[in-house]
Amino acid sequence: MSMLEIRDASKVYRTGTFGGELKLVLRRVSFNIDRGEVVSLIGQSGSGKSTLGKIILRLSPLSAGSVNFEGTDISTWAKGQLRDYYRHVQGVFQDPFSSYNPLYKADRVFEMVRSVYFPNLHGRQWHDKIESALESVALNPGDVLNKFPHQLSGGQQQRLLIARALLLEVKLLVADEIISMLDASTRVDVLNLLVDLKRKGLGILFITHDLSLGNYISDKSVILREGAIVEMGETQKVFGNPQHSYTQSLLTAVPQLHRRWAGAGESVPAGVPAAVAVNGSGGALGQAHVANVPVDDDVFRDGEARRYSKSSLYPPRSSGPHEPAHDAKRAGSGPGPRPSLMDIPDQPWQRRFGLAAPKLGAILAADGTQALVECEPGHFVAVEDEL
Amino acid sequence: MSLKVDNLRIAYRTLRGDVRAVDGVSFSIADGEIMGLAGESGCGKSTLGNSLVFLEGRMNHVSGTVELDGVNLPIADYKAMNRHRLRDVSVVPQYAMSALNPTRKIGRMTADLVKSRGADYRNVLEEFKRRIDLVGLPQNVLNMYPFELSGGMRQRTTMVISTLLNPSLLIGDEVTSALDVTTQRAVGEMLMEFRDRGFVKSMIVITHDLSVLAQIADTILVMYAGKLAEKASSNTIVDRPLHPYTQLLLGSLPEVGLRYDEAPLTGIPGRPPSLLNPPTGCRFRDRCPFAFDKCAEEPPFVELRPGHEVACWKAMEDNAPVNSEPASQGAEP
Repeated sequence: MSMLEIRDASKVYRTGTFGGELKLVLRRVSFNIDRGEVVSLIGQSGSGKSTLGKIILRLSPLSAGSVNFEGTDISTWAKGQLRDYYRHVQGVFQDPFSSYNPLYKADRVFEMVRSVYFPNLHGRQWHDKIESALESVALNPGDVLNKFPHQLSGGQQQRLLIARALLLEVKLLVADEIISMLDASTRVDVLNLLVDLKRKGLGILFITHDLSLGNYISDKSVILREGAIVEMGETQKVFGNPQHSYTQSLLTAVPQLHRRWAGAGESVPAGVPAAVAVNGSGGALGQAHVANVPVDDDVFRDGEARRYSKSSLYPPRSSGPHEPAHDAKRAGSGPGPRPSLMDIPDQPWQRRFGLAAPKLGAILAADGTQALVECEPGHFVAVEDEL
Repeated sequence: MSLKVDNLRIAYRTLRGDVRAVDGVSFSIADGEIMGLAGESGCGKSTLGNSLVFLEGRMNHVSGTVELDGVNLPIADYKAMNRHRLRDVSVVPQYAMSALNPTRKIGRMTADLVKSRGADYRNVLEEFKRRIDLVGLPQNVLNMYPFELSGGMRQRTTMVISTLLNPSLLIGDEVTSALDVTTQRAVGEMLMEFRDRGFVKSMIVITHDLSVLAQIADTILVMYAGKLAEKASSNTIVDRPLHPYTQLLLGSLPEVGLRYDEAPLTGIPGRPPSLLNPPTGCRFRDRCPFAFDKCAEEPPFVELRPGHEVACWKAMEDNAPVNSEPASQGAEP
């Protein structure tokens, strides 16, 4: 049994005016994280990767599916007992500069841990504990203690936050884009630190949009597109032998030092159609790059999850076989009898104004699962749509 | 010679003294050249880029001249610069997405902007629409408010508006940062196409991401602590850098497709010096693994090989100046 098991996790956000619009941001995501394993979750902005991090940290509830930590469904933790959960599961986030209160000294984050988890630890004992935590993130206590956040560099701030997590008996660290705000010269130090911690048995969910970082650090990679897994498996296999066209298109777009983007006239990886010359006379710019990217029809969409408004609830490809779901939705928005499916409770005022949202069960049913196929041992790929 | 910057010094006035963010910088850009400007945060790269367009109140022009197409740019004079902004020199701001006026439709905003530069909107409207088409946006963008556009559409709109009057020099400040890879690539290719189509003559692309510059830039200029460290064609910088800082910076970039289990990368220890009272001599000395006693003197920025300028004593020792022998092995330890 793995330490963390994510099973069919799905999440729906209510957006739009009066919450009448639903957005499916996670679609039946399932994977595991073991002890001493770094799993990177890679996706474009809006692919739902941060949402999954928040769900694991219990900052946001799941709409469907389950997340089990050491065999217990995390949604069963009552609010008052969550501190026991956070003893083992901690998060570090993207922007170190906004994780601190600028009015207080930076080491206040340690004090806050003490007041909650170690109320009986004082003086020497507590100091030793802090020192050993700082040591494991390669910080010199004299450099960082008793300083204000602005006196510390971004890398130091980020490592201080990791040290804070290590004060507890943390088993799983959710690292959400913790590298993106750092300079290239300090990035690697934080990455190597994570590798160190991994060797000591920490499980890490490394959320990033940067494929080179994910490649550097992780044992397993999960590629997410619009909330659904398109490919996952051992990092070497996913990056070395990408099967899904989306992964391939991501990999060709990664800027590399010694190889120009395909289309600039140099080596084009196998399996990817040769690009239209960018400076060619014909063709709009928008199409020039799309030609390189086989799956994504508009890269400028910012990877936004498709929006499901009341009028266009379902993606076109599934609209045919799922007519009944459409009917259910219409019934829901009209004054007639409402379907009994009550996955997300509507607010009374929403019902009153006929703004009740379609139900989650119906959305998931209509969305259809994308089956993952094991193409080689430990390497799963989603079946591609026929476009 | 499109742009010529000579011994430029820009300082920020603070209560504790002047922070010399750009300290004696000289370089030039040819017509049709995309120059990448790279460096760590706080090295003065954004200050340098912004000073060519708009000197903020707290930025102080200490000395130096800027020449664009043979005409002196009065960068210290806010009003006199108005004649040049957007027409001769233009900028795509760091947060291109939020650079649009939220209370005006795109077309109206552009008309105001163009009018303020003394041009007739009706004359450029045709070209504006053509370019909106070119970047793959619908024509009715002109009748939309910025909030109706997605982030990527806003970025493209900003880029079109910035280059509408065919400026000679375009400055892109971190335009590709914080974008995911496919969008990053599209923006990079768009910049190249703008150059190829002659919308802009030359370009300065400011970013901390060397791998993006390796894709789009013709030459790369590396800055460190307010001074120039190295300038060469992008292939040379990436393949045969001479300055230890450039070498270390490149060595700390993980690449896709390589395994690092056996040989983990190393960062650069230490932090850049404070620019309030910068140290004398080479400013990279404290972090440099090759530092020796000569580094207490300030190294000159000299051309060691054709088109390859470096400010480093060590590199100068290893490569006798203006020696075009390509077989010399760089500055390996």
